[in-house]
Amino acid sequence: MSLYQLTSHALLDLIKSRQVGARDAYIAVQERIKAVDPKVKAYVRMATVQPDFTGALPVPIAIKDNLCTKQEEITCSSRILKGFRSPYDAGVIERVKQSGGTILGIVNMDEFAFGSSCETSCYGPTFNPWNLQCVPGGSSGGSAASVAADEAMWALGSDTGGSIRQPAAFCGIVGLKPTYGRVSRYGLIAFASSLDQIGPLTKDVHDCALLMNIISGYDERDSTSVNEPVPDYTKALVNDVKGLRIGIPKEAFVDGLDPEVRKSVEDALELYKKLGATIKEVSLPHTPYAVATYYIVATAEASSNLARFDGVRFGARKQPTQVRKNALVDMYEETRSQGFGDEAKRRIMLGTYALSSGYYDAYYLRGQKVRTLIKNDLDEVFKDCDCVLTPTSPTVAFKVGEKVSDPLSMYLSDIYTIPANLAGIPAISIPCGFSKSGLPIGMQLMGKAFDEEMLLRVSYTYEQNTEWHLKKPNL
Amino acid sequence: MSISKQDVKYIAALARIDVPEAQLDAMTKSLSDVVQYVETLQKLDVSNVKPTSHAVPVGNVWRQDQVKTSLTNQEALAIAVEAKEGSFKVPLVIE
Repeated sequence: MSLYQLTSHALLDLIKSRQVGARDAYIAVQERIKAVDPKVKAYVRMATVQPDFTGALPVPIAIKDNLCTKQEEITCSSRILKGFRSPYDAGVIERVKQSGGTILGIVNMDEFAFGSSCETSCYGPTFNPWNLQCVPGGSSGGSAASVAADEAMWALGSDTGGSIRQPAAFCGIVGLKPTYGRVSRYGLIAFASSLDQIGPLTKDVHDCALLMNIISGYDERDSTSVNEPVPDYTKALVNDVKGLRIGIPKEAFVDGLDPEVRKSVEDALELYKKLGATIKEVSLPHTPYAVATYYIVATAEASSNLARFDGVRFGARKQPTQVRKNALVDMYEETRSQGFGDEAKRRIMLGTYALSSGYYDAYYLRGQKVRTLIKNDLDEVFKDCDCVLTPTSPTVAFKVGEKVSDPLSMYLSDIYTIPANLAGIPAISIPCGFSKSGLPIGMQLMGKAFDEEMLLRVSYTYEQNTEWHLKKPNL
Repeated sequence: MSISKQDVKYIAALARIDVPEAQLDAMTKSLSDVVQYVETLQKLDVSNVKPTSHAVPVGNVWRQDQVKTSLTNQEALAIAVEAKEGSFKVPLVIE
């Protein structure tokens, strides 16, 4: 096995026993990037600051293009932020650097995280390492593809409606969206502030626990950060689900679910039964409304958050050649019209509409009320269940270009992942099979708020009894 | 309900986005599709439901009002599109 193929925990063991140097591992991954990234296109730029390899956990890491990293250009993969160099580190980047993490570079994403395929990036798409004709998922497509292609030992992403879990499923790796407030959002360029969470994308569940140990914890600079004690997540890596209650929502197995995905998830259920878990059928009656709710709440918050990109303080500034209204308004409109891509414009306008006078009650306020109903459904289910299992995505990775011209069908690929963001609860995606066409299939486990340990235990047990996570794409 | 071209022009002006005539039809259609889809929420009775703005209940967060080191003027202006005399420079606002 080559160095770059190692999991982070295996690498750290070798470093500890002095069989491998941190610098050697970093260089091995850099060489791997040189060899395969021309095909995968996960990275948008390599780090300009070289690490010093003196920290305790010197794991080579890829960073999503929306996490402020000092001295690096960070653009949210949008033309409007081209040239923006962050003057400070995000909370998670500080923690990664303090742990000794060695940053390889910045990876691609859908523009401002608006997308489920990584195709709305101003740099062009990233490709799925398992089939270069297919998308890696999104919005953290570069994060997922880099880890799946062994171009990073692990990566950070962000998840607003499934942006960590869906690409993790499409690329055959592990992705966790932590509880809202578990990980500081300070320095994460905001999409929808009440839904965004930063989380790990890793090669296995053990690595997921390790990276959670690094990034979790209270940060007073994020007013929604929650001051709950952080456990040692590696203690949750227990190969035992005996007596645990796993809920299966009947609404999850409906039309539109790919039969191969259904079969893999059902096989996983059988395995859990054999391992001693109790499977309970449950109901989440309002989940059919989750996507509609999300596209009101998320776009409303996005339209407000993205108002700051106006050419005044940072990013690009454009002035039209002819006066249309007046110099200032013309500059705003020209900067935003040239700087944002089509999907960003669509979402900003949708959110503006949902918040506009006369429509606020019918859309935004109603959306927030339905959000309550969806959250109540989950609260009810967790009275009798330790976690809830669903597919991560209704399909495996689709072809590049297949859904670009149909935004609504793209939005529906987040049908299983959105409820966890609306309810603020943690959810993980882990590999659970492959389609006949050779594409990875992922399943999702949702848990109670601040009970990431349960998700890690249940997914670790599955991983210890299967071999999906050991498979590698041919590149 | 669907969105008209006039609606799109109005929203575009609010959002400070210029939608050229040539793109107006396509933008109107894609926005209408999504608005029609979210109409499904009108089916639910939410008259006695409280809205959720944040999933995890946190109240006001207080801290001591202390002076702490922050970015220097130079560091903050390093990201400016245009800067002059220690400030961000913007286009002429009042003529």
